[in-house]
Amino acid sequence: MREGMVRIPSGCAISGIISTKGIRFNGEAITRSIACMHERANGLGGGFVGYGIYPAYRDLYALHLMYETAQARTDTEEYLGRHFTVHQAEPIPTRKTAGVGEAPMLWRYFVWPKEESEDGADRDGDDYVTAFVMTVNGRIPGAFVFSSGRNMGVFKGVGFPADIARFFRLEEYEGYMWVSHGRFPTNTPGWWGGAHPLGILDWSVVHNGEVSSYGINKRYLEMFGYCLELQTDTEVIAYLFDLLHRRHGVPLDLVCRALTAPFWKDIDRYEERERAVYTALRRVYGSAMLNGPFSIIVAFNGTMLGLNDRIKLRPMVCGRKDHFILMGSEESALREAVGDLDAVWNIRAGERFIARLEEGVTV
Amino acid sequence: MRGYLPPEYLVHIDHGKCRRCGNCVRNCAFGALQFEHGAWQQIMRIFQHGQDDLQQVFDKIKENVPDRVVADHHKCVQCHYCVTHCPEGAISVQPNPLAYRGNYHWQPHHLKNIWLQAETGGKLLTGAGNDKTYFSYFDHMVLDACQVTNPSIDPLREPMELRTYLGSRPDALEFESGPDGPVLKTKLAPAVRLETPLVFAGMSYGAVSLNAHKALAMAAKACGILMNTGEGGLHTDLYPYADWIMVQVASGRFGIDPDYLRRGVAVEIKIGQGAKPGIGGHLPGEKVDEEVSRTRMIPVGSDALSPAPHHDIYSIEDLSQLIYALKEATEYTKPVAVKIAAVHNVAAIASGIARAGADIITIDGFRGGTGATPLIIRDHVGIPIEMALAAVDDRLRQEGIRNRVSLVASGGIRHSGDVAKAIALGADAVAIGTAALIAMGCRLCQKCYTGNCNWGIATQKPELTARLDPERAAERLVNLIRGWSLELKEILGALGLNAVESLRGSRLRLRGIGLSESDLRVLGIKNAGVGA
Amino acid sequence: MLRIDAGGLHYRLLNQQIRDAVRNGETEFVLDNVNGQRYIGTGLESANIRITINGVPGNDLAAFMSGPEITVWGNAQDGVGNTMNAGKVVVHGAAGDVLGYGMRGGKLFIRGNVGYRVGIHMKEYRDMMPVLVVGGTAGAFFGEYMAGGRLVLLGLDRPDGAPLAGDYLGTGMHGGVIYLRGRPDESTLGKEVKLFDLDESDWAFLEPLLEEFCRYYGREFAEVRGADFCKLIPVSHRPYGRLYTP
Repeated sequence: MREGMVRIPSGCAISGIISTKGIRFNGEAITRSIACMHERANGLGGGFVGYGIYPAYRDLYALHLMYETAQARTDTEEYLGRHFTVHQAEPIPTRKTAGVGEAPMLWRYFVWPKEESEDGADRDGDDYVTAFVMTVNGRIPGAFVFSSGRNMGVFKGVGFPADIARFFRLEEYEGYMWVSHGRFPTNTPGWWGGAHPLGILDWSVVHNGEVSSYGINKRYLEMFGYCLELQTDTEVIAYLFDLLHRRHGVPLDLVCRALTAPFWKDIDRYEERERAVYTALRRVYGSAMLNGPFSIIVAFNGTMLGLNDRIKLRPMVCGRKDHFILMGSEESALREAVGDLDAVWNIRAGERFIARLEEGVTV
Repeated sequence: MRGYLPPEYLVHIDHGKCRRCGNCVRNCAFGALQFEHGAWQQIMRIFQHGQDDLQQVFDKIKENVPDRVVADHHKCVQCHYCVTHCPEGAISVQPNPLAYRGNYHWQPHHLKNIWLQAETGGKLLTGAGNDKTYFSYFDHMVLDACQVTNPSIDPLREPMELRTYLGSRPDALEFESGPDGPVLKTKLAPAVRLETPLVFAGMSYGAVSLNAHKALAMAAKACGILMNTGEGGLHTDLYPYADWIMVQVASGRFGIDPDYLRRGVAVEIKIGQGAKPGIGGHLPGEKVDEEVSRTRMIPVGSDALSPAPHHDIYSIEDLSQLIYALKEATEYTKPVAVKIAAVHNVAAIASGIARAGADIITIDGFRGGTGATPLIIRDHVGIPIEMALAAVDDRLRQEGIRNRVSLVASGGIRHSGDVAKAIALGADAVAIGTAALIAMGCRLCQKCYTGNCNWGIATQKPELTARLDPERAAERLVNLIRGWSLELKEILGALGLNAVESLRGSRLRLRGIGLSESDLRVLGIKNAGVGA
Repeated sequence: MLRIDAGGLHYRLLNQQIRDAVRNGETEFVLDNVNGQRYIGTGLESANIRITINGVPGNDLAAFMSGPEITVWGNAQDGVGNTMNAGKVVVHGAAGDVLGYGMRGGKLFIRGNVGYRVGIHMKEYRDMMPVLVVGGTAGAFFGEYMAGGRLVLLGLDRPDGAPLAGDYLGTGMHGGVIYLRGRPDESTLGKEVKLFDLDESDWAFLEPLLEEFCRYYGREFAEVRGADFCKLIPVSHRPYGRLYTP
């Protein structure tokens, strides 16, 4: 039984930190933070994503792959070579860690799409990489792309988050933004690809809760060509952001409001402009609305976004300390990462909180 | 004409209880109840509006003249009007227990229909919906509920939203920034707002009485939903409710002029209905009284024939032509719906309708009702709404055009469970016709086509229509819609959802019981016991 | 007067222009280079609007129209006067199928031939009486389901031996009158109708109509009038009463 064959409800811990000044720091703070919420995970999944960790290759797509067989690697690399110029290919450095079971082969590639693809299609790099990820994950048995953005990387596996961090030697990476996840699946996924965060391009998502509207969210995305391999809420959330924001160009704020739509009774009281905006959002993106309990952290280049469900069925705390903004399932996890906080607050139902790099900061 | 046919029902009068008030005798439009002595009947007629002193005389006579109510069982249609209205509770109606030699293949109704046709040489007529023992898929699907991993929601204390819009949606929205925040740039197609995902199905004034039409319109307004004129025009008495009325354009084009088209909030092109796919309609001239005449804009007493097809639609591009003719006539301010019967190729047809420019597609399954249809068509043509709906929703998604149209499902929806299941299969809203008539008193006697409806619903006879108080009937309809809406909220809450759009098309929340693999495949659902 | 060059203009823009102008009080329109634009006059309601069309208008000309008068200098296509309520359309040419479908009032004049299923399901109501006059011949199912109104089929200038109308003439007809200039083959009649000679009241109705026809198309009244006319009327208002078993 593995992720994707069945849908496995999970409970979780989530946590994220961003330095709004773009100052890079290693993976220890985020590891302390997520480890603090040990009780919310059960050792069957942990993961991290770091942004700004590959400055030497900042413009290239960093592909992280897991292989279950040598054949899968051969097939994938052959396919990869046809469509991309590979600037660097190497195993992802790991260390033997108690508590982390047998890992798949883990490789990373820094690549750029070849100008002329075989099908002659005129696509920009993002579409090209997206198509590559869908093809590998859907068609090459035993191969799975689990990270595909630029100057960022996802690290995840079956185990408690702290053990996964040790396994991937996260203390050796420095990023300006980190997000992590500790999982409490109800079943044994037994597969590293099923751990979180889940990402596509620069986007990564961690999430706590079970989305009750999954069935229609999935069918809605399928209509736009998305192939939901993992049957997880996180995958649905990532793709919804991709569809609404990247493909449809809906402003991020409104994407959040489409996913956690305001109630009609409130919309009815809004002034005309707002009422038109939200009525249209609900009419057009009703099938994208996320219903049921969730708190989410969505990260992408320079931005960390926290989002709570419509009636706040899952916890989400935010904090600030100097140039750090933190979000997580519990306040203690925030304090564990950076010590005393300058400010701490909860985000409300259906509300999003966005932390961004300060104006002018480049990473 | 009695011929070889035994009565279907036996009417029993408890003469110990009967006080010979004559209510039942006066009331039965089918003439099934009479006083044994004709003289008595005449006396009764003279005195029925009697003044006090005459009433006393009448009572005196009644006490002294021996007479009793007797039934002509052949004429009873089991509409229960007499049973319900007998002040003494002295009447009961039972199925005729007459034994037929047991025969699995030749059921009693087969024999009776053959005798009837052998006597008349005509097509068998009937009303209401298919009543045969076809498998019900609704009854073999069950809904999900939340336990532990995600919470159920308490609809009594937490928000629970049923509001639904019917109309075309773009795939994506465009915004531009304004001084006070984002401004919607996309111009949305017109849509109709429903406060609960229910509408009343199209039933014409002519097929049903004006009082029934009024009740439906009043209830639609009170509930924030829609009634549908059917193909019979819009009576002036319904003008105040026009914002909650969908006006229908069918093949007979009765009552249609620019004013009619503009009054409704939406226009529906009726291609077919589940009770008689591919069949036209026929309102006999005797039902076309002064008011019906005025509303349909045809002479009093003339037959109102609705051709089988629209004669300006022989192909899908012709449908598109009519859709846009109606949009031109209403200046693109109203959604245009197309109603079809659920037939074998419904998915491809619906896809074509969406591409032809319709904003709403109504699919009517083979259990859908009617005022009159050839029995053989009603019982043997068309497919179940569950299958049709699943196939259409799937196809529109495969083609990437599900957003272009709203889907309304109808055809034998009996309770809010059916509504929830239809929504989970993919319906935006559900239309109810038969259930609405039952709420008003209908006993499904299936004799609508006779025009003798004792409940004042499917008739134009003034003495019968007067029995249906539109205010009271509207109240019953409002109660029904309210009850179902409360139940829908209950179901949503159990599913852990607080807005109906999160159930819409969410097939994962359905499971099949006792269905074949191919049934499950068409419905797009898993078997009970199979997890997510 | 508003003159619009409709060449290459989509119907939606053309009709929007007309509607906007009507709203601003315009009553006279001349549309040049019309070729295939649908729905001209559709849904327009004011009786004083006059539209002249130069070219071939598209389908559903004057659909749901209630009042305006349209003159077409060219042929017309299918669906002219669909469910029309009042007004007039004069076509200086031929026209296609399904003209005057469900028409309740107003007049259609066609100079030349018309296609199939013309005048189908026409109906009348009180003082509303739809009239359709065809100068040439008609295809089959002329006046099918006809419930009211008057159809006039003149068959002028037709080649020798060419039939006045196609098969199933007046099939399902249960109201109204079809006037024919000439005698149709009885085998082509719908089973619900019978042929009769015209009486005085028929002529009282028909003569002014023929005069109007001649005025539009420059025909000699005497020539048009001077032929053998007959009429087709339904034999029963309840043609289908005996088909059903209660």
